[in-house]
Amino acid sequence: MPSPDLSILIIDENRIRASIIEEGLREAGYARVAVIHDVNEVGRTIASAMPDVIFIDLENPKRDTLEHFFSLSRAIQRPIAMFVDRSDGTMIEKAVEAGVSAYVVDGLKKERVKPILDMAISRFNAFSRLTRELEEARSALEERKIIDQAKGILMKTRGLSEPDAYALLRKTAMNQNRRLIDIAQSLITAANLLGP
Amino acid sequence: MSLPHLTAGFLPLLDSALLVLAHELGIAEDEGFTLGLTRESSWANIRDRTALGHFDMALVLAPMPIAANLGLTPIATPMIAPVMTGLGNNAITVSAEIWAAMSDAGAPGDLAAGPAGKALAQVVRTTPRKLRFGVVHQTSSHNYELRYWLAASGIRPDHDIEIVVLPPPLLPEALGAGGLDGYCVGEPWNSVGVARFGARIATTKSNIWQWSPDKAMGMRADWAKQNPELVAATIRAIYRAGLWCEKEENRMEAARIMSAPAYLNQPVEIVARALTGQIDGGTKIVSLSDFYVPHAGAANFPWKSHALWYYSQMVRWGEVQPSRAKAEAAAATFRPDLYREAVRSLGAAAPIDDYRREGDKGEAHLVPSSDGTVELGPNRFFDGGTFDPDAVDAYISAQTGNV
Repeated sequence: MPSPDLSILIIDENRIRASIIEEGLREAGYARVAVIHDVNEVGRTIASAMPDVIFIDLENPKRDTLEHFFSLSRAIQRPIAMFVDRSDGTMIEKAVEAGVSAYVVDGLKKERVKPILDMAISRFNAFSRLTRELEEARSALEERKIIDQAKGILMKTRGLSEPDAYALLRKTAMNQNRRLIDIAQSLITAANLLGP
Repeated sequence: MSLPHLTAGFLPLLDSALLVLAHELGIAEDEGFTLGLTRESSWANIRDRTALGHFDMALVLAPMPIAANLGLTPIATPMIAPVMTGLGNNAITVSAEIWAAMSDAGAPGDLAAGPAGKALAQVVRTTPRKLRFGVVHQTSSHNYELRYWLAASGIRPDHDIEIVVLPPPLLPEALGAGGLDGYCVGEPWNSVGVARFGARIATTKSNIWQWSPDKAMGMRADWAKQNPELVAATIRAIYRAGLWCEKEENRMEAARIMSAPAYLNQPVEIVARALTGQIDGGTKIVSLSDFYVPHAGAANFPWKSHALWYYSQMVRWGEVQPSRAKAEAAAATFRPDLYREAVRSLGAAAPIDDYRREGDKGEAHLVPSSDGTVELGPNRFFDGGTFDPDAVDAYISAQTGNV
């Protein structure tokens, strides 16, 4: 059961990821979601948003700053501790693996916080997956360009057709037990060294 | 047969030198394991990822594993520190503006802690706004030594100034941007502040407390228990890296290795300052041969009395309620027994005692070791204080804290 009354603060320098998490929480019925991109704003935001749950990405070098702020923040009358329950090792582990840590105000029931943590963790994971896939797509595109260039060199210098040039690259890679892309790269390097 | 692979986290600090050298010089392989080093972005990540087992071990602030065992950290995983990564290597840096005022107030610029502290106290009294100092973490030597220096100079850390936390690489820039008036950090981040942001080094850890502890290798207690041979191999690798780094002829090579993009990513000339003890404070270069002690004077030996001193400071600044059980838990974090056992096969001398007094020796001196004696360095506090591990409660009650 979501607790839509809970106030949630997301601190993430990555604006896209922050908005993906914000959107997920809103879709799940949490209306009180605030996002900041700089830890330095946290004092002001905590005073105005009075968050019950705070997320910060683990890449953020200012995590230490944030934790120290919490330890001083008796001023805001709401002690904040990392994660909901020190004994819940699995939850903490899942979060850290996903690249996020959570801080929860004292006294909040685990059942109320768990769906929020689950949501943030799954959105963090989805974002990493997306980034990885994009990265793979980009490097696949890069590789194709390199292979095309290597084929071009073979076609020009050896007078081969495109399928034959590709077959030669492939055969060489198999014979040498190397990746096709590495053979193509070596060929381009060699061609560059040997001049036009 | 492939060697066991150990993962270790570190932050970009010169204090990671022995861990990095153990890897780069092949000492780890020679001790029977390979090292995978991961540079982290915050001490909180180091703490959590070590506690969760993402890292087998990490370069930690020496008070961090103690804080874990005293229940100050979010993940309740018992930790140990079986080997220290050297002594000293911190300094306190102030902005050009604060230095000008300190200089007017009589600070001589020789990095001595007493006169610099006295001058800063006058600046604090006469500056209408509250000065803001940065440290790298709450449970850090930096926080405790800055507070010790301030308090002994007549400045109440939580009343007269403000102390904030920022990770080491961000401190020089924060000072340059006017967000901080000063900071206490490990090298090379003081020298970076001097070279790039016109900052001045006010004093050094070695001048506040001679030959004092700072960083350790921290690991989970249960992992250590299950892998005694790997723990021993790690201790020996750090010990041998220290032995190599202690030699003067190797210091520039160490600076070159540490300056690489994967580690500090800073010019070798800046990294070399702490390693050669030629500290450019911004007004003049001061030669401090013991600014950083990687190995000499049993620098890698984890004294339980050092753990107790950290505990006394945690009590002093309100992080821990004092109790016998907590003092015992703090002392039990440092494991000289594992250290002694591990270095025995190297034929290395380790102190017999687990505890020693601090602040009572102005010169190098000998203490009993397993096969004779081992030389320790001087251990004076700049204010003449002494710390007796047998009288911690008395030391604690005599301290002035946040009043």
